[in-house]
Amino acid sequence: MGRYILRRLITLAASLLLASLVIFALIEVTPGDPASFMLGLNAAPETVAALRDQLGLNDPLPLRYLHWVAGMVQGDFGLSYTYKVPVADLVADRLKISLPLALIALALSSALALPAGVWAASRRGRAGDALVMGATQLGIAVPNFWFAMLLVLVFAIKWRLFPAGGFPGWSDPLAALRALTLPAIALALPQAAILARVLRSALIETLGQDYIRTARAKGLSRRAALTRHALRNALIPVLTILGMQFSFLLAGAIIIENVFYIPGLGRLIFQAITQRDLIVVESVVMILVFAVIAVTFLTDLAYALVDPRLRRHA
Amino acid sequence: MSLLTLEALTLMIGAAPILRGVTLGLGPGEILGLVGESGSGKSMTALAVMGLLPQGARTLGRIWLEGQDVLALTERQMCALRGNQIGMIFQEPMTALNPLMTIGDQVAETLMVHRKMPRAEARQIARDKLDRVGLTAPRFPLSLYPHELSGGQRQRVAIAMAIALQPRVLIADEPTTALDVTTQAEVLDLLRDLARTEDMALILITHDLAVVAGMADRVAVMRRGEIVETGLTETLFRAPQHPYTAQLLAASTHRPEAAARPTFAPGREYLSQEENPAASSWQKYSDPDGALLRVAGAVRTYRLARPRPFAPHPALRAVDDVSFTIAPGESLGLVGESGCGKSTLTRAILGLDPLQEGTIRLGAHLVGPGMPQAARADVQVVFQDPYGSFNPRQRVETLVAEPFHLTGLPADWRDRVAAALVEVGLAPEDGAKFIHEFSGGQRQRIAIARALIIRPKLIVLDEAVSALDVRVRAQVLDLLAALQASHDLAYLFISHDLSVVRNVTTRCLVMQAGRIVEQGPTEALFTAPGHPYTAQLLAAAPQIPPAWMEDRAHASPLV
Amino acid sequence: MKPSLALGAVLSAAALAAAVLSLIWMPYDITQLAIAQKLQPPSLAHWAGTDHFGRDIASMLMAGARTSLAVALVAVGIGVGVGVPLGLSAAALRGSWLDEVMMRGNDLIFAFPSLVIAILITAVFGPSATNAIIAIGIFNIPVFARVARAGALSLWTLDYIRAAQVAGKGRARISAEHILPNIANLLIVQGTIQFSLGILAEAGLSYVGLGAQPPTASWGRMLAEAQTMVTLAPHVALAPGLAIVVTVLGLNLLGDGLRDALDPRLRGRVA
Repeated sequence: MGRYILRRLITLAASLLLASLVIFALIEVTPGDPASFMLGLNAAPETVAALRDQLGLNDPLPLRYLHWVAGMVQGDFGLSYTYKVPVADLVADRLKISLPLALIALALSSALALPAGVWAASRRGRAGDALVMGATQLGIAVPNFWFAMLLVLVFAIKWRLFPAGGFPGWSDPLAALRALTLPAIALALPQAAILARVLRSALIETLGQDYIRTARAKGLSRRAALTRHALRNALIPVLTILGMQFSFLLAGAIIIENVFYIPGLGRLIFQAITQRDLIVVESVVMILVFAVIAVTFLTDLAYALVDPRLRRHA
Repeated sequence: MSLLTLEALTLMIGAAPILRGVTLGLGPGEILGLVGESGSGKSMTALAVMGLLPQGARTLGRIWLEGQDVLALTERQMCALRGNQIGMIFQEPMTALNPLMTIGDQVAETLMVHRKMPRAEARQIARDKLDRVGLTAPRFPLSLYPHELSGGQRQRVAIAMAIALQPRVLIADEPTTALDVTTQAEVLDLLRDLARTEDMALILITHDLAVVAGMADRVAVMRRGEIVETGLTETLFRAPQHPYTAQLLAASTHRPEAAARPTFAPGREYLSQEENPAASSWQKYSDPDGALLRVAGAVRTYRLARPRPFAPHPALRAVDDVSFTIAPGESLGLVGESGCGKSTLTRAILGLDPLQEGTIRLGAHLVGPGMPQAARADVQVVFQDPYGSFNPRQRVETLVAEPFHLTGLPADWRDRVAAALVEVGLAPEDGAKFIHEFSGGQRQRIAIARALIIRPKLIVLDEAVSALDVRVRAQVLDLLAALQASHDLAYLFISHDLSVVRNVTTRCLVMQAGRIVEQGPTEALFTAPGHPYTAQLLAAAPQIPPAWMEDRAHASPLV
Repeated sequence: MKPSLALGAVLSAAALAAAVLSLIWMPYDITQLAIAQKLQPPSLAHWAGTDHFGRDIASMLMAGARTSLAVALVAVGIGVGVGVPLGLSAAALRGSWLDEVMMRGNDLIFAFPSLVIAILITAVFGPSATNAIIAIGIFNIPVFARVARAGALSLWTLDYIRAAQVAGKGRARISAEHILPNIANLLIVQGTIQFSLGILAEAGLSYVGLGAQPPTASWGRMLAEAQTMVTLAPHVALAPGLAIVVTVLGLNLLGDGLRDALDPRLRGRVA
C-alpha cells in the first residue's frame, strides 16, 4: 500500500511540474501586452514600460517561470492586472461559490444516477431498462446551457420559484442556496445521465462474470448476487467517472455561470481571458489542473481501498 | 432409490433443441461421469439441474431431487436449494471467485445465506471446510484474497464453498480442465475423497475419458443433447455398446500410423534453388552433425518489478541453459506445465525474441529477431487457438499466402494456396471464404496449410491440437503424420498433454522451471522416467487402464 | 436492425441532409433582414417562426447544421488523423519510451480543463469557426490515441499477429494490415461519440461568442441571441436547442447501435 501511494505521489508531482511548464508556455505565446491592457489605449509608452518592469515582464523567461512557481508554492499567485488584487484572494472568493455549486451538482447527479443505473442493470432488456436508457440518451444530448435556459423560463419566469440569475452572497444561506438550485440542476442532469449509463454497463459486465455464477450456485438470489458481489466490482469505473465529473463541474460551469450570471470561478476565468488578464488565467488554469490531478490521485487511493489486488501488489 | 433423477429432460433455447429427452439417475454417494464433446449438452444438463439456465431457455420433462420436482420450484425455493442440497463448481478457477472478497467470507457466505448464521460462527465453519479441502490454517488464513492463491488453490476454495453445507449432490463441470496435470490429480483425489467420506454424490462433467476412467462408478456418454449410452465404467470402456462411444474411446488413445518415411516424395517438387535462396546455402553449410535446429545454452531472462523503490530489478530466468537438437524429419516432443518456459522457448526458436545467452542455429543461420527473411522460411508454426489464429477480415487464401512474405509472392500463388488446401483435406474453393465459416478442426487444417505453403523444414506445433475434441484431434494428428512423411518435415510438438506427445513423437524433452530436466526416446522416457519430475508428471496424468482397451485393439475404425 | 439504431440513422441523416441542402437551397435568404417580420411565431410561411431581425428560423437552422456538422467533422478528422497513428505506434512499441511518453502525455492532456483551454485558444487566436475546430480537435487526439492503443494492445496478444511475425512482417506492416482493419469498429463508434460531443462543444463555444462569427449561422449563437427575448418569443430559444438535441441524440443512438451491431461477440449472441 505504501509503495502504491508513493508511486502515485511521484506521478502527481511530475504531472504538476509538466502542466505548469505547458501552461506557462501557452500563456507566453499568447499575444497581447498585459501592461497596455491594464493602462488602457491612451497610456504613455513610458508608463507602460515602467509597469512592465514593475510586473517583472522584462525578466528572462526561466526566471519568470521560477518566480511564478515559487510564488504558487507559497500560496502567492501574483496580482490581477485588471482587479489589482491578489489572484489568491480572487480565486478564494470565487471558490466559495463554485465549490458548493460543484458539490451540490455532484451529489444531485449521484443521487439520481446510482439508483437509476442499478435499477436499469437489474432489469436488463426489460421496459424499465429501456426507459432509463432512453432518458439518459436524452440527458446526454441536451446542451446544459439550453437546459438552463428552459429551467429559467419555467421555474424562474413563469412560476417564480427560483431567481433567474445572480448570487446574493452567503450572508443569507437560504437565498444563496435558492440561487444555486437551478444552476446545480442544469449541471447535474447531463452528468447523471452519463454516470447512470457507466454504472449500468459496468454492472452488466460484472453480472456476466464467473464469480456471479458461483454466487448464484451458492444459493444467492439474483438481487443478493447483484448487491453483494457485482456492485462493489462495478464501482471502479464509476469512481473514475465521478472523479472526472468533479473536475469538470469545477471548471466546466463556465457556460452555466454565464447563463445565471453567477460570479464563480468559471466566470472569473472567462472574463480574465477576454480581458487578457493573463496572470489570472495562468493561475486559475494551474489551480484547476491541480484539482484534476489531485482528484485523480484520490480516485487512485479509492481504487486501492476497493481492490485488494492493488493494495498488496503494486 | 435414486437421489437425483432426470426424466426425459428436453431443453430449448429459442427454436434450437439443446437437450433431447435426457434421462439419468444418480444414486447416493455415487460418482457419475458425464462425458461428451463440446456442444454435446453436458454443461446445460448441469445448469438445468441447478436452475441456472440462460434467459429464454424452456424445459420439458422432470428433474427429481429427493422427491422434489426441481423444475416446478419457484426461484425463491431454488435459491434455498442451491448450495444447500446441490453444490456446483465450475471450470475456470481463476475467475470463479469474487476478487474483492476474502476467501473466508466467500465460504462463510454460503452458510450465512442458508442458515442465517452469525458471521463469526460461519467463519468458524469456513475454517473447518478450508482445512478439509487442504487449505490448512496457518498457511491459508481466512483473510486471503483470491489473487493470492494459485489456480488449484482457488479451485479448492470453490470446492469448500460448494460443500460447506454438505449437499447431497455435487456437480463438478470440467473442474480440472484449466489446471496443470499434477494439480489436476490432486483436485481429482480431493473430489473422490469427499464423495466417498462425506456420502456426497458427484456428477463429474468432462471431455476427458481418462479422467472419468480413474474416477467414476458409472459413465454417461452424451452427443448432441442426447445420452447415447450409460454403464458401469469398466464395462463401458471394455465393451462400448454404442458406436459413438467406441469412436470416442478409439480417438482418445489414437496413435497415428507412423508411415514409412520416403527419402523422396513422389509427385512433389520442392522449391527450386532460384525460388529459395536458403536452399543452396543450406546444402553448403548445414550442421556438421546433420541437425536441423541446434539450441545451445539458450538463456532468456525477464526483468521483474523492483521489490522496493530503487532496488535492482530481479531477473526471472524463463529459459535457463537449454540445449537440444532436432534432426531433419524428426518429431520432437516438449512437455511441461504452465509457466515452465515453453512459450518463451518457442518465441526464441521462431526468431521473435532475442536470447541473453547461448545460440539457436537453424542450419547455417543464427536464429533471432535480425535473421534474414529467407532463413525464416525454414520454420513455421501452428498455434493452439483455432479462433485467434486468423485475421477475421481476410479471406482464407490471403491468410494462407501470408508466409510468402518471406520468399516473395510467386506468380502462381493462388494455385499453390489451392494445392495446400487440398493437401490438408479442404477444397480449393475454400480459399475464397472467410475464417468464421470454418469449424475448429478445419481452422487448424488451414493453419497447417499456412505453415506448409512455403515448404519449411520445421513446423513448431504449439499445443496445436489441445483445443480440439478427441475425434477431430485424432484426424488432425493423422494429417500431421501423413504430411510429415510426404514432405520430410520435422516437428517440434509442444504440449501439456502427455498421452498425445507419447503417441506422436519419437523423442521427448521434459521442461521444468526453465530447464530441460530430462530428454530421451519418448517410449523409454515414458516407461522408465529418469528424473523424479518426469515420474511425477507421468503418475499424475490420467490414463485409461491399458487392460480395458486390450479387447478392442484396432477394432473400431476412426470416423 | 434494432429500432434505436434505425432512429439514430434517420435523425443523423436528417441533420446531414439539412446541412447539405442548405448549400444549394434554403426557404429564405438569411442575410436579408426584415424587421417588420420580426419574432413571428411558427406559421405556414415560416415553419419555425422568425427571429428578432425577421429572419426565417428554419433557414437559419439549416445553415447552422452546416456549421455544426462541419466543425465537428473536421475536429474528428484531426483526432483520427493524429491520434490513431499515435495509438497504433504506441501499441506496436509497447513498453518503449514512445509508448510511455504518449501515455503520460495523454494523461496530462486529460488533466487540463478542455473547455477552459478551448476558450483560451479561441479567445487568443480570435473567435472563428477554424479556431473552434482546432480547439475541439486537439482534445480529440488523445481520445482516439487511447482507443486505438487499447484496441491494438488486445489484438497484439492474438496468435494471428504472431503468425504474421513468423511470416517476417514488421510492426508497421502488421499495424496497417492486421490491426487497423480490426479496430475500425472501435474507431467508428468512438468517432460518432466524438462527433456528437463536437457538436455540443461548438454550440457551447458559439454560445459564449467564441465560435463561428456572423454572418455564419450557428445554433449556439442563435441561442445566445434568443436568451434576452426568451419571455417574448420562446420559440426562438426552443428551435435551435431542439436542433442540437435531435442531432446529438441521433448520433449517439447511431454510435450505440453501431457498437452493438459491429461487436462480433454481441453479433453471435443475437443471431
